[in-house]
Amino acid sequence: MSEIPADLKYTKSHEWVKLEDDGTVLVGITDHAQELLGDMVYVEQPEVGSEVEAEDAVAVVESVKAASDVYCPVSGEIVEANESLADTPELVNNDPYGEGWLMRLRPADSLDVEQLMDAETYTAHVAAEEH
Amino acid sequence: MLTLESDYHSNPPTGQRCSRQAAISISQVAGQRGGNRSEPVAAPFFMTQCPGNLMGKRTPLYDQHVAMGAKMVDFAGWDMPIHYGSQIEEHHQVRKAVGMFDVSHMTVVDLNGPGASDLLRYLLANDVARLKQPGKALYSCMLNPAGGVIDDLIVYYMRPDWYRMVVNSSTRDKDLAWIMQQAESYDVQVFERPELAMIAVQGPQATDKLKQTLGQQADAVIDDLKVFFAAEVGDYFIGRTGYTGENGFEVILPEQQAAQFWQDLHKHGVAPIGLGARDTLRLEAGMNLYGADMDEDTSPLEAGLGWTIAWEPEDRDFIGRQNLETVRKNKPVKKLVGLVLQDKGVLRNHQKVVVAGVGEGEVTSGSFSPTLGKAIAFASVPVATGSECSIDMRGRMLAAKVVKIPFVRNGKSCLPDDI
Repeated sequence: MSEIPADLKYTKSHEWVKLEDDGTVLVGITDHAQELLGDMVYVEQPEVGSEVEAEDAVAVVESVKAASDVYCPVSGEIVEANESLADTPELVNNDPYGEGWLMRLRPADSLDVEQLMDAETYTAHVAAEEH
Repeated sequence: MLTLESDYHSNPPTGQRCSRQAAISISQVAGQRGGNRSEPVAAPFFMTQCPGNLMGKRTPLYDQHVAMGAKMVDFAGWDMPIHYGSQIEEHHQVRKAVGMFDVSHMTVVDLNGPGASDLLRYLLANDVARLKQPGKALYSCMLNPAGGVIDDLIVYYMRPDWYRMVVNSSTRDKDLAWIMQQAESYDVQVFERPELAMIAVQGPQATDKLKQTLGQQADAVIDDLKVFFAAEVGDYFIGRTGYTGENGFEVILPEQQAAQFWQDLHKHGVAPIGLGARDTLRLEAGMNLYGADMDEDTSPLEAGLGWTIAWEPEDRDFIGRQNLETVRKNKPVKKLVGLVLQDKGVLRNHQKVVVAGVGEGEVTSGSFSPTLGKAIAFASVPVATGSECSIDMRGRMLAAKVVKIPFVRNGKSCLPDDI
């Protein structure tokens, strides 16, 4: 069973979102997602400064076996991309909720973050997809 | 970020597969950055994931895989291990030490009878008359009358009245039907051997580990077994063949003994390797994959397999020969080459290849090479292609070098120093 921290928000497409004190959010892919994708070998990063809409495909994570889109959880501005992933994409596997974060976003409306799935709902979502 | 798709591309499964849509299948990225991607990035065909209950056929080693923590996926109707934790670690394990693969899903076909040789000389583009010593193996394409590839296979010459073929599992049904049909005019019997399992032991330590596992009874046979030969030890049929570019063996044995042999190998330090690493190993080793690099619409002359066609003797008629002669005379328009991506990213099947001033082609097998730490691929490109090309990766054009295949042999890079 993959790890699903209680203090994060989640999307159906398996991104996690963490609201920070400065009002920005960190975004990554969940433990469940990295487990399914397998060994990560390349991350195509979002462009810092770009305005994005919720559900836009903003980045690509590529494992040995497949390339997958990363969708933007909420509308806003990309303010930072995790540059260490350029040389060590395996951080996404080893520490999906920590060092393996993908991008920092400034949400257009913080209410959008509130409305994402909580850990309990996401756990049920993963379980439902597996059966 | 996970796309709900199942997509087999050029590798349609022939057997039973998941009865329902996979809940999550990591299959492809579609379209352009920013929400409107249009170029799908193809994933290998074994990517369709069926979490929960798989519905496919099981090899005699299914329980072993599950017990060893395998992630099981659907592969051409079979429930097979894609990896046991990390595909990249498994890849390195085979290049640096030794690993074992369950390839029991592959189809073993025995041809028995005085007409076996004549049948095979007509059925295959390579010529079994080249096999003079018992045990010698031959790689060949089996062509249709148009000169397209029905399948690629290995045939072992055991006795004048016994040849053993190993063909792909994804093409089993059509292969057997085709072989049976051709065999009708010859004094030969065709037996599929589904009661046999097959385990590949590959890597620089393969010889030592296989000898330790089989014990003294097999020492002499294994010591004497030359590359691309097979011999029998009791119930075991041991071929010094493989699909990794390393030293190694493929052992065909009764299915009842497969689990014990697998466990014995494991006790001697042979690690289980999934189909994921099998694919990156064979790609690095420059070995074609049926359905990706060639199919019924591809001439072997355009798929890097010209070397497997036995043109001599000229009076040997084989299926597809006439059309193949025509392609040869008119010169093929495409060729299969190796690519190494110069920019960051991963080459994937079906990406478009652009050769400036020449034309376009397509990646037929692409992946990340764990040994080289770069993206590599086979691509079908116009024959006039030189040493450079570009790859359309989700709308961005990335630079790639055209290189000789293979990329890796016996653990070492074959690339020129400047790449």
